[in-house]
Amino acid sequence: MEKMLAWIDARFPLTALWESQWGKYVAPKNFNFWYYFGSLAAFVLVIQIVTGIFLTMNYKPDATKAFESVEYIMRDVQWGWLIRYMHSTGASMFFIVVYLHMFRGLMYGSYRKPRELVWIFGCLIYLALMAEAFFGYLLPWGQMSYWGAQVIVNLFSSIPLIGEDLAVWIRGDFTISDVTLNRFFAFHVIALPLVLLGLVMAHLMALHETGSNNPDGVQIKYQPKDPATGLPLDGIYSHPYYTVKDIVGVVVFLAVFSVIVFFMPEMGGYFIEANNFVPADPLRTPVHIAPVWYFTPYYAMLRAVPSYFGTQVWGVIVMGLAVMVFFAVPWLDRGAVRSVRYRGTLYKTWLAIFVVSFLVLGYLGVVPITIWGQFGESVPLVGGVDRATVVARVFTALYFAFFVLMPWYTAIDKTKPEPTRVTG
Amino acid sequence: MEPAPGHRLDDASLQRGARNFVNYCLGCHSARFMRYNRLTDLGLTEDQIRDNLILGDAKIGDVMTTAMRPADARVWFGAPPPDLSVIARVRGADWLYNYFLGYYRDPGSATGWNNLVFPNVGMPHVLWELSGTNRLATAEFADHEAAAAAAIANKSLALVEPIPGGKYAVRTIANETPGSMTPVEYRAFVGDLVNYLEYMGEPIRNKRISLGIIVLMFLGVLFFFAYWLKREYWKDVH
Repeated sequence: MEKMLAWIDARFPLTALWESQWGKYVAPKNFNFWYYFGSLAAFVLVIQIVTGIFLTMNYKPDATKAFESVEYIMRDVQWGWLIRYMHSTGASMFFIVVYLHMFRGLMYGSYRKPRELVWIFGCLIYLALMAEAFFGYLLPWGQMSYWGAQVIVNLFSSIPLIGEDLAVWIRGDFTISDVTLNRFFAFHVIALPLVLLGLVMAHLMALHETGSNNPDGVQIKYQPKDPATGLPLDGIYSHPYYTVKDIVGVVVFLAVFSVIVFFMPEMGGYFIEANNFVPADPLRTPVHIAPVWYFTPYYAMLRAVPSYFGTQVWGVIVMGLAVMVFFAVPWLDRGAVRSVRYRGTLYKTWLAIFVVSFLVLGYLGVVPITIWGQFGESVPLVGGVDRATVVARVFTALYFAFFVLMPWYTAIDKTKPEPTRVTG
Repeated sequence: MEPAPGHRLDDASLQRGARNFVNYCLGCHSARFMRYNRLTDLGLTEDQIRDNLILGDAKIGDVMTTAMRPADARVWFGAPPPDLSVIARVRGADWLYNYFLGYYRDPGSATGWNNLVFPNVGMPHVLWELSGTNRLATAEFADHEAAAAAAIANKSLALVEPIPGGKYAVRTIANETPGSMTPVEYRAFVGDLVNYLEYMGEPIRNKRISLGIIVLMFLGVLFFFAYWLKREYWKDVH
């Protein structure tokens, strides 16, 4: 065994790669609950790729066969139902895990110098994941697949001058059609997975270069070395310590995942929508088109922005900015400390406002805009407007305020001094 | 709405439901993702299926198709009747159950029938000889609370609707002429049918649930070992 390893190492840096990326990677010893979601995201990625490969073996990207091929996978393919439910559940769980992972980053300032690129690669992963989810959602070719894709592609047609041509170029047709299904299939099964894998590698390599942040925001790299081990005082090897810890995380995650897959695969219509069991019908528009839950915060913003100068493009711009603004966070934060533990009330309040805004917008994106009725005609400013629209506008403004005001409130916030050793 | 009474493990109910389905639905509706031999899930043998449930010349491994041609259906009903393979996943069992209870006479509609849960439905009341005929009963209430209270007190299918003049109408179904079945028998008949439709929407459901229990027990054991392993290693850190 050792001889073989030496043989390989002389020809390929196997041991060096393993040690630099995980085996001898030194991580802070105080990772808490929030630090499970990185490894879990990687785990879900593997689930999606493996189940995706098996789905591809039986799925037919053809407008006349797509819907029924999914149903045959559910009925006639050995274990097809399990593979399909794992993939559909995995899609939603991916976003849950990634949202929690991103929230961890915001909470503990994991994007701060020198980890800006770790954060940016992460944002790119998030973008690629949204595209991957969007393309994949068309494939079952149900009513929601079809009309959801229609709505999203139509967003591009609101861009002045080139919009209409751009939408046709994306669809490859004047409506969502077999051509669109084929190209979305190509994007979903090869183009974006390649991009995702590349970005995940870059994300991890950048992280293993800078070293991990931790709930205290302490830079263990600059700590004195423990004479006995030669490691920073608060550092431990990832392997075996975080290997065995992450395995516990994976088992707990699998339990949650299994409860959904085996007992509630539709998750009350949030993971698999009821209307998507109706085959796509280009001539029949569903009454209520709601995107899958992970896009709903942005969808709520899109609906909330009014049209000016006869175009809806402003909503699209707001929606785009809401995602892109994450990239700027490392340069917007001017706080003296990284972690929320040592920040003052201002940052904590704004972070809470951001989380609430995201959740409220997410809820409003699921429900029809008329859910809370309208303001009476006599109410100043908002008379006759849907209540939900006004609420969505307020929370859209707060969502952006979290980012736009960040340079101000982080700078004047009363912070506590960051410790030199990790706590707990 | 009333909850559908069916239970996913009640094979006798599912078998009766399958019989009701092939006798009353399959004439017009297909179930093109459902194979006849899959009905062995319900404790039937292939011979029993062949003798009792295959009415045409279909083979045991065929999917359930209908003899009605889509072109005829368009002329007769305005649209081909939808395929019912996954209808329960679209509508839900409760909706389907109440749909079968919600038919009433409506001289104003094309078929002479209308439905409380599916207004202006294109499908006539195929089961009327069993259920008898119903008429729509409407009661008016001045405010929403009173209307909602009356709807709940009705304990079966009832629809609250705002009507002109700021009032609310509670619409219910009242029996007009009796059918060949008593109301209790008809409900049982429809309950079995809906139970079957739900089974057909996802034939693997029972296996999925029983496998899930085993998977969770396995993960429980695995968690114990994973946690123990983690604790042993982390003794050096703490």
